[in-house]
Formats: sequence, structure tokens, C-alpha cells
Amino acid sequence: MDKTQSLYEALSKVEGFIYPNEISLNWDMLIVMYPYITGLVAGAFILASLNRVFNIKALRPTYEISLLAALSFMLVATMPLIIHLGQPFRFYEMLVTPHFTSAMALFGFVYLWYLMVVLLLEIWFDYRYDMVIWSQQKKGLMKYVYKALTLWISDTSPESRKTDEKIGYFITVVGIPSAFLLHGYVGFIFGAIKANPWWSTVMMPVIFLFSAMVSGIALIMFIYMLVSYLRKQKIDMNALDTIGKYLFYILILDFTLESLDQIHRIYVADESFDILKILVHGKLFVTFFIIQIGIGTLIPLATLAYLQFKKPSDRVRKIIYATISIFVLVGIFYMRYNVVIGGQLFSKSFYGFTSYKANVLYDTDALLSLVLFIVPFFILAFLLWLLPPWKKIEH
Amino acid sequence: MPVQVKRLLLVFAFFIAISVALIYFLTPKSFGEYGHYRGKALEEISSTEIKYVQMDDCAMCHDSIAELKNSGLHATLQCEVCHGPGFNHIEDYENNRMEIPNEGQFCMRCHIMNAASPKKVIKQIDAVEHAEGEDCITCHNPHQPWL
Repeated sequence: MDKTQSLYEALSKVEGFIYPNEISLNWDMLIVMYPYITGLVAGAFILASLNRVFNIKALRPTYEISLLAALSFMLVATMPLIIHLGQPFRFYEMLVTPHFTSAMALFGFVYLWYLMVVLLLEIWFDYRYDMVIWSQQKKGLMKYVYKALTLWISDTSPESRKTDEKIGYFITVVGIPSAFLLHGYVGFIFGAIKANPWWSTVMMPVIFLFSAMVSGIALIMFIYMLVSYLRKQKIDMNALDTIGKYLFYILILDFTLESLDQIHRIYVADESFDILKILVHGKLFVTFFIIQIGIGTLIPLATLAYLQFKKPSDRVRKIIYATISIFVLVGIFYMRYNVVIGGQLFSKSFYGFTSYKANVLYDTDALLSLVLFIVPFFILAFLLWLLPPWKKIEH
Repeated sequence: MPVQVKRLLLVFAFFIAISVALIYFLTPKSFGEYGHYRGKALEEISSTEIKYVQMDDCAMCHDSIAELKNSGLHATLQCEVCHGPGFNHIEDYENNRMEIPNEGQFCMRCHIMNAASPKKVIKQIDAVEHAEGEDCITCHNPHQPWL
């Protein structure tokens, strides 16, 4: 009777006709966090490179914060995947027995490249000179910590600083395609699942990339304001306005691309269109139309557009930027939710739906996802303590 | 070459050496023997306990029942769908009897009225209205259910 009971319980989650293996979702909230977190990393890094490679001087106050924020989120980026694995302690097998024709199996290498060759190296070259100075100033344990971090090199000659500068620049140049690779790759995986009409589009990598930039820039906007507030320092309004300007530009691009994708879907209206229409008007109505498009895109777009023409007082602008950055972060989170969860809610028969309910108090996946979003802020606090950008010696 | 680049290259060489060592020690011995998987896995899977057999094995003894079943609507069903795993029964039929489900609940697993299942393939009935508390086998022979 137990089996019959569990069958009836499962059927209560289902509408219409659905195949048995579609009743419960294989990819839960943790898999929503994975593209969200990698997106934040890629976006934060691209904002840093705007300053370094494209020489946008107004963004200088956020350069180190962007890099350190990217690193903090990068360090937890693999966690949702590893937690979600049925056999988490076997994750290393993916690295020791590489499978070069499987996109999913290559994530370890994409990740390692980005972490080791791009992020860590760029931060190291950026801070090397300062760490040498700090290792000379500090006493006790910290002296040796900084010494170890400099790899026991104490060269502070102008030539060595020039070398740091040159190599750092080169790494940022390599880093831009790498950041595109990291996040384009995540979109590629969803786009490559040809059996799922909600995911299978070549636009997916590009859409993921631009939404990553949007979320990363919003994150840095928020973190920069938060850090300045906590340190009781004056916010550089020019930097904030410039971040707002780029957020506006990239949000336009992102919205255009996503609209293009949807318009194409609506115009082509292939056999999956009916079920997707019911999906977005039903189960995804709130998360798609209200949160993703309304709160996450249209309100920020309209507000940022207004700020391009009118400049209210600094205080008002700060409140607007803080609100908008949170709106955008929430909007992009729900964009990932709509993709990952939305794509699993309808049956491949196109005749029915299953349901998904996340509950932070009772579901481990939702709770862990929340934890995984909070942990990077603590890592960032530690990194800002260890490598304070405001104590750097200006060149 | 600048000193910091040299030092970094050393660090990278160290990491690469560790990675190579890890690959050497952690790759399972039989990996790649036949393909991109552990060769030993085949042996492990084939050594697991066998539970099920095929219809043909049942028909070796129960030939008349098999013939009866195969001539009708339940022809595509394996005997073990209703009677449970049969490997032990074949090994020692006296001590391992097969299940013979008699209660109507069992038939209802497939034949209960369900809007989501295709009516043309599986006959569906309203259990209360149709049987009025009687067991299905009072009227139907499961091996020839259309009678």
C-alpha cells in the first residue's frame, strides 16, 4: 500500500499527462544557484576589465573590489554542483579521467583555468608590490602571511612594478575571453539540450553572458555602496554614475537579446509553443512577467534611463542605485530560476506539467542555496581585510 | 626573466607536478581497458545477484500457461510483472514459491480509471461500480483476462 500511497502523492503534484520520470525535478534550486553565481563572477570581472583594458578611469575605485568579489564568488561556484551530486566525494574523477567531448565534464577545467590563470594571477600581480610593503610594515604572524603571499619575493624596484603592470594588463586581456568562456559555457550547456524547447536555442550562451554582466555589475554597485557605508567613507558618485551608465547600456543589450529570443519563439510557434505559452502564463507568471521582466528589467531600465537625463541629488541617487542593484540581482536570479526550473516543469509529451515548490525552512536545496549566496560575502569581508584596496600605495 | 615570473612558473610547475601525481594515483587501474570507463565495472556488475529471468525460462515448465497467456492481451507482459522475481524459484522451486496475487487491488495498479493513461492500450474500469466488492479473479482469468 505504501507504493500506492506514494504514487497518489506524486500524482497530486501533476497536471495533465506526464511521463513518470518527469514528476520530480532532477535539477533543483542548487542548479539555479550555479549559473547565478558563475554569472556574478563573470560580470564582476568584466566590470574590472572595463577599468583596466578599456581605461575607464571613473571605475578605478571599484577595480579591486570587483576582482575580490569575483574571487569570493568563484570560490563557492563549484559548491552547488558538488553538493547536488549524488556522490560528492567522487567529483575529482571528472578531473583525473577527463572526457574531452562532454561539455559538462569539462567544467572543472574551465573553472580551473579561470581561477588559477586569470583571477588569482591578476589579483596577485595587482597586489604584489603592496604585499611586499605590508610584509615589511606588519609584525608577528601577519608579516609571514604576506611574505608567503608574495612567494618570498621582496623586489620593489620600478622595473618590477612595470613588469607587474604589463603582465597584469595582459592577463586582463586574456581574462575577458575567459570570462566570456566561463559564462558562455554555462549557457551553452542549457542551449545544447536539444530535447528541451525552453532551453534549446543558440541564443542561450549570449543571453546568459549578457545577463551575467548585468548581474555582476549590479552586484559590484551594491557591494561598493555597502563597503563605503560600513567604512563610513564618502561614495565616489562619479564612479557610481559610471557603473549605472554601463549597467544601463548592458541592460538594454540584455533585454533586447532576450526579447529577440522570445519574439523568435512566438513567431516560429513550433509544436512546443502551446505548452510554453501555458507555462509562462501559468506557473511562471509571477517569476517571469512580474519579477524577471517587471522588477528585474523594466523598472531598472526606466529608472536608469531617467538618470541619464536628470541628475537628482546625491542622496536620492544613492537610494535609487541601491534599490536598482537589488532589483536587478533579484531579477537575474529569477531569470536563472525561470530557465532551470521552468524548463523542467512541462512534460516532453507537451501535454502536462509537474510542480516545484522551494521552501527555505523545509527543503535542503533552497536552504543550501541561500547559504551559498551568503558565504561569498563573508569570504569577501575576509579578503578585504587581508588585501584592503584602500591601503594600496597609489602608483 | 623577471624574478616574480620565475617564481610563479615554479609554483605552477609544482601544481602541475601534484596534478600529474594525483592523476597517476587516483585513476582506477582498469580505466580505459575497453573504453572511457573502469574495465572492472563490467565484472562488478556481472557479479551482482541475479533476481529476474525471462518469460522463456518460465515457459520451460509452465508451457501451457505461457501459451494461454501469449495468445491474448497480456502477451507482452513478462510473467514476473505479476508473480515477482523468479530466479530463485528456477534454482529451487520447492522452497521458493512464486507470488500469486489474488486481490483486486493488484489488478487496479494498471486498470484503475486514470485520465492520464491511454484507454486504447490499457482497459480501465471503475473498481467500485464494476466489481461491487468482488475480487477480479472471480470472473476473469488473469492469463486470459478478456473472458
